[in-house]
Amino acid sequence: MTLKKTPLNEIHKELGAKMVDFGGWEMPVQYKGIIEEHNGVREKAGLFDVSHMGEIWVEGPGSTKAVQNLVTVDISKLVPGKISYTMMCYPHGGVVDDLLVYKMEEDSYLLVVNASNKDKDFDWIKENVSGDAKVTDKSDQTAQVALQGPLSEEILQKLTDVRLSEMGYYTWKWVEIDGAKCLVSRTGYTGEDGFEIYCDPQDVANIWNKILKTGGEDVQPVGLGARDTLRFEACMPLYGHELSENITPLEAGLGYFVHLDGDDFIGKDALIEQKEKGVPRKTVAFEMLERGIPRANYKVYKGEEEIGYVTTGSHSPTLGKSIGLALIKSEYAQKDSEIAISVRGKKRKAKIVSKPFYSRR
Amino acid sequence: MNPDDLKYTEEHEWIKIEGNEGIVGVTDYAQESLGDIVFVELPLPGDEFDAEEGFGVIESVKAVSDLYMPVSGKVIEVNDNVLESPELVNEDPYGKGWLIKIEITGNKDKLLNAQDYEKFLARES
Repeated sequence: MTLKKTPLNEIHKELGAKMVDFGGWEMPVQYKGIIEEHNGVREKAGLFDVSHMGEIWVEGPGSTKAVQNLVTVDISKLVPGKISYTMMCYPHGGVVDDLLVYKMEEDSYLLVVNASNKDKDFDWIKENVSGDAKVTDKSDQTAQVALQGPLSEEILQKLTDVRLSEMGYYTWKWVEIDGAKCLVSRTGYTGEDGFEIYCDPQDVANIWNKILKTGGEDVQPVGLGARDTLRFEACMPLYGHELSENITPLEAGLGYFVHLDGDDFIGKDALIEQKEKGVPRKTVAFEMLERGIPRANYKVYKGEEEIGYVTTGSHSPTLGKSIGLALIKSEYAQKDSEIAISVRGKKRKAKIVSKPFYSRR
Repeated sequence: MNPDDLKYTEEHEWIKIEGNEGIVGVTDYAQESLGDIVFVELPLPGDEFDAEEGFGVIESVKAVSDLYMPVSGKVIEVNDNVLESPELVNEDPYGKGWLIKIEITGNKDKLLNAQDYEKFLARES
C-alpha cells in the first residue's frame, strides 16, 4: 500500500525528519530528537504538521440534532465560534473516536477526528445522521498545522491583524495569514497554550515556512514522537490506547465530557447504566518506584493479582521519570497506593499518582 | 565512521577484543536509529551468555530493543555510568557509552570487520 502524504512531505524530508508510517500516512516522527523537540514546546514553541487529521462537516437545518445524537457533550450550549472536546460512542458505551466539534454557524459543524479513524468515523456519522443534515468529508481539501508552546501567540501575532490575545481557549476565528484565509483555533494536544491552523492545502507550505521564519530560534518543527510524549504528560487520551471500542469514556476518566442529564446520544443508556452500577475499571496515572520503563500493554499487578494493563508508558522528558497510564480494576485505583508493572516478566514497583503529570502554570 | 580496530555484528553491536577479553557496545548506526536513549538494562558480573543471546535491553523514548552478545562469554564488568546516564550511548557509542566487559569463551569467526559492517549497512538501507 502506498502511504498517503501531506502537502508538507517534501519539506519534512528537507528538514531532515525521520519519516514513519502512521495510520497509513508517511509522517515525521522526529527532526532533531524527541526530547529536544519536547522541551522546545514546553519552553518556547513547536510547529506540527497535523494535515493527516480528518475534517468532516455536518451542515443543514437538522445538523444540531444530528450532531447531538452522535456526541457525549451537550451541543445545545455551543454557540458559533466555540469548540467542544467530545467523544462518539457505540450503543454499548465503547468509543468510536474522540474529536473536536467546532460550531461554525447556527446550522453548521466541523468535526475534527483522528486520521487513523477517519474512514470509520465518516461511515459511522453518515449511518447515524438522519433528517435534514448533509455530511461531507473535506479531509483531502484541508491541511492543518499546530503551533504549540508558551511563545505561540507572540509568534503567530506577527503574521496576522486579528488580536489573538482576545481569543479564549477552545474558540476559533477566521484569520488571514499572509493572504491566506485560515480557520484558527486556540486548541492543541500538548498541554501548552497554542493554536491549530486549518487552511487550503495549497497555502500550507507557505504558512509553515512563514511561522518557522518568523519564530526563528523560538520555534522548531516537532514530530509525532514528541507530540505523543507531550500529550501523554498532560494526560490527554490517545485513541487506541486510553480510548477504544472496549473502553468507555467513564473508564477513561473523561466523565467531565459526558453529559448524561442532557439530550439523548448514542451510548447514553449504556453509560447511565455503567455509572449506576459502578464503573468497573479506571484509568490511573502512575510513576515507577523501581528501574524500568512501562510500555503499552504491560500487565499491572496488585500482589499476585493481575488488575489491568498499561495504556501508555514512557520516560517523561519534562519530569525525568518513568511514568504511565493504566486501566485497572476500580477497587485498586486509590492515589498513593502501590502497584507493580510487569516489565519483561519482572514485577517492578510503581505508585499511583494524581493526573495530570504535567499542567502549565 | 566505525572504528577499524573493532569487530561488529549484524545486530549492530561492536566488540573491542583484547586477548581473551572484550568490551561490548552498540554502534553509531544503532544509537542513531534508536534516537534519544533513556534506559539501559545490563546483566550482573558473573552472568554467562551464548553468542547471539540477549544480555540486556536498551530503550529510547519510543522503542525497546534487545542487546545481543557478539560472542559467547562471561560478564566481568558493567558500565555503571550508562545505567545512570543512558544518553552516553548517544553521545559516545564507541567510548563512554560502552556497555559490558566480558571474558570471551566462544569463537569469534562470525564477527564482521568495519568494512563488512559498512557493506551490510549499505545493503540494509
